Amino acid sequence: MNYVSTTLPTDRTAADGVVSDPKARYRPGVLKYRQMGYWEPDYQPKDTDVLAVFRITPQDGVDPEEAAAAVAGESSTATWTVVWTDRLTDCERYRAKAFRVDPVPGTPGQYFAYIAYELDLFEEGSIANLTASIIGNVFGFKPLKGLRLEDMRIPVAYLKTFQGPATGIVVERERLSNFGRPLLGATMKPKLGLSGRNYGRVVYEALKGGLDFTKDDENINSQPFMHWRDRFLYCMEGVNRAIAETGEIKGTYLNVTAATMEDMYERAEFAKELGSVIIMIDLVIGYTAIQSMAKWARRNDMILHLHRAGHSTYTRQKSHGVSFRVIAKWMRMAGVDHIHAGTVVGKLEGDPNVIRGIYDTCRETHVPQNLQHGIFFDQPWAGLKRVMPVASGGIHAGQMHQLLTYLGEDVILQFGGGTIGHPDGIQAGATANRVALEVMVKARNEGRDIWNEGPEILRDAARWCAPLRAALDTWKDVTFDYASTDSVDYVPTPTAAM
Amino acid sequence: MRLTQGQFSFLPDLTDEEITKQVQYALDQGWAVAVEFTDDPHPRNSYWTMWGNPMFDLRDAKGVMMEIDACRTAHPEQYVKVLAFDSSYGFETVRMSYLINRPAVEPGFELLRSEGPGRRIGYTVRSYATGRPSGERYGGEARHGA
Repeated sequence: MNYVSTTLPTDRTAADGVVSDPKARYRPGVLKYRQMGYWEPDYQPKDTDVLAVFRITPQDGVDPEEAAAAVAGESSTATWTVVWTDRLTDCERYRAKAFRVDPVPGTPGQYFAYIAYELDLFEEGSIANLTASIIGNVFGFKPLKGLRLEDMRIPVAYLKTFQGPATGIVVERERLSNFGRPLLGATMKPKLGLSGRNYGRVVYEALKGGLDFTKDDENINSQPFMHWRDRFLYCMEGVNRAIAETGEIKGTYLNVTAATMEDMYERAEFAKELGSVIIMIDLVIGYTAIQSMAKWARRNDMILHLHRAGHSTYTRQKSHGVSFRVIAKWMRMAGVDHIHAGTVVGKLEGDPNVIRGIYDTCRETHVPQNLQHGIFFDQPWAGLKRVMPVASGGIHAGQMHQLLTYLGEDVILQFGGGTIGHPDGIQAGATANRVALEVMVKARNEGRDIWNEGPEILRDAARWCAPLRAALDTWKDVTFDYASTDSVDYVPTPTAAM
Repeated sequence: MRLTQGQFSFLPDLTDEEITKQVQYALDQGWAVAVEFTDDPHPRNSYWTMWGNPMFDLRDAKGVMMEIDACRTAHPEQYVKVLAFDSSYGFETVRMSYLINRPAVEPGFELLRSEGPGRRIGYTVRSYATGRPSGERYGGEARHGA
């Protein structure tokens, strides 16, 4: 028996249009995806449809509409051949529809394919189910050289089935009693090897010096040099001492990432018993585990920090993978309160326009379409709380005017090396960052042009603040000026000069 | 110790001119400015005493400064902060908070530890000042009849 039919019935190869005659449509064999109905250029998306836009790079000889239809088919109801059992269903409803294909500006051979999915294709409140369809099988599909999920529009009807952030920006700030400025954090360094007692020392020094938060790194779980209970106990001693000595509420992201949900719940419960205001998880634990921890966090008044460990394996290259703005969207739905979202000026990937799109996705109540920021669709957020973006990786006090300009106020600026590596010690490093931040926010509010006057504002403060002076001297020439691999494809059309 | 609550506590104390600029910024954003004071600066004391309601209808920084000054004059030995409330959707919360007055002497907080099983320690932060009744805490403000 011939399982792969390479010769199509003549009445079905004559044209690439939809085969509307049911008898011909369901004759056993292979049809083009567009003939099966997955390409529908006249389709008007419904308000309740899930929309996705993919960057597709078809193999040579595959036309873009067929490639788009194939993506629609393979991410919804289709398989490689015609099956008669479709006829037992309202298959027209369940079939995803590719409805638009645009060439990617300036990139021959690549296309943006827009696909609409019926709401009933997805289980309510399940990122796992949503993603099993949208990115489940289709990314290995042979007729495509590459496939990237660029953006999604989640309908309000579906959003309302998700909890959303356990705490949200507003409640986090109210709990911490911290308003009007970005929050400050630092990741403990070295990432690995410190004993619990030494680790807690770094936490204490950084918080005492002026930071709001310290943070476990993504790969600190429970290793031979420091088991998790030891870390939690010493860290909370450091946190509480710093609170008493400053009169401010502070916290440390206790990473509860572990091998099993049972382990994670145990660690989270212990963090709660010790009075921690925040726990942390890594993206690598998976979407379902993240949603479980978000529910736990909501139930236990805990802020939930997400480190995006692993994401660059699939977010960084433009030709294949998932854009981080989509991951950020899923994580807001899944219910995290913090997400690492880029720094623009630091050591990690971050084109300013791309980062802006990601920050908007985290923080706005309604995100309008903005192709220059990589936002392809209007996205109302339906009352889901707002996520605090975290800027971390290779940033220092001397960049404060740039950070505040690019990233705004509702953000956590994390200076790990930029705190702990300070020549006069960790407290001095923390103080330098805090003074730089406060002086910059104050100057911005006073109406000064911080983008241009920033270095001068910092220098003036450094006259009375020795730790800031030392920080500026140490890191004044440090920049990470590399071209971004993930940039936007749409540029503003220059307005003709009058 | 120096209590470092608020937006600008790591900077030198704000002058009246500097406070006016911050008030003006809040008003320019459409936020309502409020003044609150306390002699119980525990970090989890959410409810300081309100110096009247937030000034929703006062759009002039000079008028706000008069209220700030009146509160500060009435409570020279207490903590006084200026807040800005934003009523817009998605926020509906405090957008600014900074101290504009503090007692001359700040004794700070004691960290109480209660040892439990399994090396567990319960921590409590206690303000040294709140050992005395309100009004008698910092610099004997009660003597001035506050």
